[in-house]
Amino acid sequence: MMLACLLIILGAGALAAMVAARWRPAACRSIALAAVLADLGIMLGIWVRGGGTRAVDLAWIGQFGIHFRLEIDGLSLLLLLLTFLLGAIAVLASWREITRSVGFFHCNLLLTLAGIAGVFLARDLFLFYFAWELMLVPTYFLIAVWGQQKRGPAAVKYFLFTQIGGLLMLVAILSLYFIHHRETGVYTFSYPELLGTALAPATEMWIMLGFFIGFAVKLPALGLHSWLPDAQMEAPTAANLTGLMLEVGAYGMLRFLLPLFPRAARSFAPVAMAVGVAGILYGAMLAFSQNDFKRLLAYGSVSHLGFVLLGIFVKNNLALQGALVLMIAQGLSVGGLFVVAGVLRERIETSDLARMGGLWTTVPRLSGSGLLFALALLGLPGLGDFVGEFLVLLGTWQRSIPAAVFAALGGIAAAIYALRLVQAAFHGPNEYNWRFADLVPREGLAVGAMVAILLWLGLYPQPVIATFQPVARALQNMQTAALSGLQAKPPVPPRFARR
Amino acid sequence: MSGANALAILPLLIVAGAAVVAMVAIAIHRSHIVTAGIALAGCAVAFGCIWIAAKQAPRQVASLLVIDAYALFYFGLILAAGIAFVVLAYDYLRTCESGRDEMYILMLVATLGAMVLAAGNHWVSLFLGLELLSVSLYGMIAYLHTRPLPIEAGIKYLVLASVSVAFLLFGIALLYTALGTMDLPRTAALLNSGAPYDRALVVPGLALVITGLGFKLGVAPFHLWTPDIYQGAPAPVAGYIATVSKGAIFAVLLRYFYATGAHGFTPIFVVFFIISLSSMIAGNVLALLQRNVKRMLAYSSIAHLGYMLVAFLAGGALGPAAVTFYLAAYFVTMLGALGVISALSTRGQELEILDDYRGLFWRRPAIAAVFTAMLFSLAGIPLTAGFIGKFYLIAAGASGALWTLVIALVVMSGIGLFYYLRVVIAMFSGANMSRASEPRIQIAPGAVLAVLMVLLFWLGVLPQALLRLVRAAVAGLV
Repeated sequence: MMLACLLIILGAGALAAMVAARWRPAACRSIALAAVLADLGIMLGIWVRGGGTRAVDLAWIGQFGIHFRLEIDGLSLLLLLLTFLLGAIAVLASWREITRSVGFFHCNLLLTLAGIAGVFLARDLFLFYFAWELMLVPTYFLIAVWGQQKRGPAAVKYFLFTQIGGLLMLVAILSLYFIHHRETGVYTFSYPELLGTALAPATEMWIMLGFFIGFAVKLPALGLHSWLPDAQMEAPTAANLTGLMLEVGAYGMLRFLLPLFPRAARSFAPVAMAVGVAGILYGAMLAFSQNDFKRLLAYGSVSHLGFVLLGIFVKNNLALQGALVLMIAQGLSVGGLFVVAGVLRERIETSDLARMGGLWTTVPRLSGSGLLFALALLGLPGLGDFVGEFLVLLGTWQRSIPAAVFAALGGIAAAIYALRLVQAAFHGPNEYNWRFADLVPREGLAVGAMVAILLWLGLYPQPVIATFQPVARALQNMQTAALSGLQAKPPVPPRFARR
Repeated sequence: MSGANALAILPLLIVAGAAVVAMVAIAIHRSHIVTAGIALAGCAVAFGCIWIAAKQAPRQVASLLVIDAYALFYFGLILAAGIAFVVLAYDYLRTCESGRDEMYILMLVATLGAMVLAAGNHWVSLFLGLELLSVSLYGMIAYLHTRPLPIEAGIKYLVLASVSVAFLLFGIALLYTALGTMDLPRTAALLNSGAPYDRALVVPGLALVITGLGFKLGVAPFHLWTPDIYQGAPAPVAGYIATVSKGAIFAVLLRYFYATGAHGFTPIFVVFFIISLSSMIAGNVLALLQRNVKRMLAYSSIAHLGYMLVAFLAGGALGPAAVTFYLAAYFVTMLGALGVISALSTRGQELEILDDYRGLFWRRPAIAAVFTAMLFSLAGIPLTAGFIGKFYLIAAGASGALWTLVIALVVMSGIGLFYYLRVVIAMFSGANMSRASEPRIQIAPGAVLAVLMVLLFWLGVLPQALLRLVRAAVAGLV
């Protein structure tokens, strides 16, 4: 029941924050922080102990064969750790930023985290879809209520894109469900049971495309990305860090798309890789031409997630490991920059790069950490993103040399936009004579933790890779089994550790 | 009439009796609360009698009515909606000018009509129920007769409904000419037996019946009256039309077409296909253009009926159950949404324009939260009844391999999201933080809305109980 506890803690925390705000608004911040840290602690405990958590499996809506089924493996574990870490940082970063209806804000923030955690834990496709959709609503409120001037349209755009993508995925899930029933006579949404479903090639392709669109919107892949810059720009920092967490899209591809549809994924891979490479270059190009701190970061994420998409579909061991490390590292480096942008916006009430400049002398700690995150973003060796990008490129080279070459160009472009960001914000003359407070200890703690983990990822990523390794290996075994034409049921989904 | 028959139709008798009692009570002494109380008691007792009637089910009563699990399920829905309506209408009319009592008589008669439709087993009972329902609705829509909009809406509904009934009658006449019977089981037997019949009469007859019912459902291309009536009618009446009237007609559609298998005839299938597709498109696209919340809900109801037709066409094991479940969820949601508008009105002045809702959350958080939940349910967001309903509809559509309609449903509900969210955004925007101009919510409508909200989440998270009921109800249908 440990896994259900994760969700219960967040849900109870959300309620408590809402109630506490009526008496003491300040209390709900501590409640939210405590709830997230408790979850983070549980996850760390599971990681250190090396597993040993039992799956949760309760009948939910029996008529449809829907179960409340939670399980954890290396992939889920790492991403949950990232989620709760970013969640805790989101609470810290909102400490001064959010002043209006604080209780409702933290309620939404915790519910968003619960939705994301549900996505990472669910092993029932209905439950997964449920959590996927549920994640949208509180995020929508975070943007729509506490965002910047144009928050309304941005929030709606975000909701529309994700919802339509989600509904297409629902249609795909249902098709799979009915095909499975036709073959076996069992109505079930259970992930392990659906894994072995044999599909006609054309059907498999269609269903796979339904999933792909659902996840690609969230990723976002090139062409489906246009909601992201608006949403990121208008959102408060907490939503930048959590609700707009792009890793869930990549997770969906790794967890569901590749294992459920190995052959379709194989034949679709060139297209997906091309989309990934195009996203890397396009995102980097647009990031370079942005004048807004947060918009620049949004396009930077499009570029980074292009690498992740590439890595997922190249799908050899190196590329998969790279994609995973990059997911975590980009969450931290881009997340760190969002914290920096949030602090700046709170102090000088703008995120327009043209209104900044010369901040280094005024706020050295803030600028220094901004520089560090930017360096991570551009892939400086020794920081997390480098490891990820390098592994993805190495893996891609084995599969397709042109793709690797073009993707590497994206790495160069990243240097240009990341350095432009640093120069515009922190260097040059302080034309507007900004004078404001540097990072306070609370913010310093948040930023410091992110820097430390980025360094650790950059210097010694082995523990992360080792945790992920069984999942990556299982993914490849499934692929080989499917392609060798064996109708054998693919191996049971990898568990993070033996019971 | 035998005792068993009387017990079986006890809910109908009680509602009819309550209408008479209310009429007499008004003749003796006009008292708003007494009349409302009689109507409320009538609906509540009739609701309780469903369990007595259930002991007799399934039972054919005379040749017009059949009391089976399906009819009783709809009785429950209609009567529960009736109870909610009485409370909302009482609160709505409380602040209005005199002559408030007749609303309840009209409503009881309309409820009787809707119940006759749900239990109808004969083309004549279809006609009878429809007329009972529509004639009372004319009065209910134009109830605030000193204002122009309700009168206009009432007249519009009168003219269009009469025309649609004429179509329906003509269709029934053609069917009778071809088959020589007005009885539903015999009609079904004739159509299914493979015995020769005059297709040239049956298919146009069915098409005319669809036209007549389509008007009442307000599906495209027969939807033109819907927005005007929703806008003109008092909010509780609009809620009543959206749920009871449309729900009862949909009950007819399911029973008559599944019994005869007529929805499978190629021309009829094509007609429904077009109606469903055009309702989804027209409803959602036109709703986008509205600044008036009631009109927006009207267009969205057109779209929702289009969604239901997808599952209706899919048929099979899932179709009827999906439609019935969706209808139940839709009853809760629509009554909740229009109940909010009703509870926020004073002296018949309603909050209609989108701008009226700006900042509502900061002034009246509870009612805004209810409205938000209802809108999310209409949009099909998880945790709400609308989500499970939409999931069920898409499942039915996918099991019937109606891919065009399913994809249209998906894309159109994406568009639908846009206008629901517009209202939500308005409520949460901080533009107007001034003191509340809205009236305080009274206890009675507040309680109804609270119950609806609880139901909404209950059905959204733990729908098993209703699913079981729905499956039992539609089991005898196909």
